[in-house]
Amino acid sequence: MSFIDRTARSFLLVELVSGMALTLKYMFKPKVTLNYPYEKGPLSPRFRGEHALRRYPNGEERCIACKLCEAICPAQAITIEVEPRDDGSRRTTRYDIDMTKCIYCGFCEEACPVDAIVEGPNFEFATENREELFYDKDKLLANGERWEAELAARLEADAPYR
Amino acid sequence: MELLWDGYIEPVVWIVAKILAIVVPLLVAVAYLTYAERKVIGAIQLRKGPNVVGPFGLLQPLADGLKLFLKETIIPSSANKGVFIIAPMLTFILAIIAWAVIPFDEGMVLADLNVGILYIFAISSLGVYGIVMAGWASNSKYAFLGALRSGAQMVSYEISIGLIIISVLLTTGSLNLSDIVRGQVGGIWEWNFVYHFPMFIVFIVSILAETNRAPFDLPEAEAELVSGYNVDYSAMTFALFFLGEYANMILMSGLCAILFLGGWSAPLPFLEFIPGAIWFILKICFVLFIFLWVRATFPRYRYDQLMRLGWKIFLPLSFAWVMLVATFLVVFDKVPA
Repeated sequence: MSFIDRTARSFLLVELVSGMALTLKYMFKPKVTLNYPYEKGPLSPRFRGEHALRRYPNGEERCIACKLCEAICPAQAITIEVEPRDDGSRRTTRYDIDMTKCIYCGFCEEACPVDAIVEGPNFEFATENREELFYDKDKLLANGERWEAELAARLEADAPYR
Repeated sequence: MELLWDGYIEPVVWIVAKILAIVVPLLVAVAYLTYAERKVIGAIQLRKGPNVVGPFGLLQPLADGLKLFLKETIIPSSANKGVFIIAPMLTFILAIIAWAVIPFDEGMVLADLNVGILYIFAISSLGVYGIVMAGWASNSKYAFLGALRSGAQMVSYEISIGLIIISVLLTTGSLNLSDIVRGQVGGIWEWNFVYHFPMFIVFIVSILAETNRAPFDLPEAEAELVSGYNVDYSAMTFALFFLGEYANMILMSGLCAILFLGGWSAPLPFLEFIPGAIWFILKICFVLFIFLWVRATFPRYRYDQLMRLGWKIFLPLSFAWVMLVATFLVVFDKVPA
């Protein structure tokens, strides 16, 4: 009996027809395509995108030049130089990130004791040449100013889980 | 002068006009078949498909064509140059000239041959030359293996296609494609696929294999052979292969429509006010949709499975059907005059 059943199934193409019925059904389902440059998907608050250096609300740089980020960076993409400022506080004179070396592991923001270096939500920072990807301190601080609202919101949202 | 015009120039001009009237819409159809393919497969995979170039992406095929035109034609230094260039031209020309005998409507046919079906069969068998030449002339392992596979596959499935065509011819009693359609006029219940339903299915599967389409697209199995016989082709030479493959798909769909789906005839008698050519085109579109639908549904066959299906299942099946039809016609004295 099972032989007849099997033979009938294979000659009547039962499986092929049911497969095709399924794909036909899928053809009329709503599409999941995201019209990328015009529509964007949701990002986690932990998304590790382009770096930024943040400032305190009073305008002072957060970075205290502890060099923990430079030390932990597995790709050795961060270069920091330090000099004490006139008021005696430690501040960086140079804070470079080579974005072509960076592997976006997020260790720098985890190492940072003052939430100064963070990886923001921005992932659309492609450039037309390599040199533009060697970020210096000015660029990173500018990023911080540009994204501050979102960066603060992200840190806030993720704080309970840290 | 009068004689020259009436006897030679006018017929030539007239026939060139007719050829253009077939070839130009055919090329447009090929372009939009690639668009339809991307849209249908996209829809089945819950994607949108091309939708950026022009409204609904309708200009996408033109953009693709323009890209292929503007690219550089690369001829590998170790290739056999003459054969390398002739191969895509041959594929393309063979895909186009078979259309000469396809009847679009009552009397709307370029050459009303009495051996039309044999002509189509001969031309589509020649198609394998273009592919084998391409694989050979490229002088590359992948291209060569792809060509070998393609050649073996097309030859195998042509046999069962031939037998299926014979069983249709037995019921029609003519090799003329227009006569085959005339035998089916009168409504959907007169169409051959009703009487030859198992062969209709076998024929559709065989034309998938014959045109090297999924799930029988072994000649271009990306995973194993990069893209088969056309790896070394670029720009216009590649475009010619591409056009040839899709024109062949449309041709085979047309053949399927003529043999099994009643060609230009309307499915119901009261629908006969709609021109036959429109019915014919709709039927071609239906078969083409099956092509795309199958491609989106099934995974690729393994090579030995493909050969087993062709030689051990389809060949005996179609041969048995020929016997059955012939016996039936003789016993019940229904052999067409």
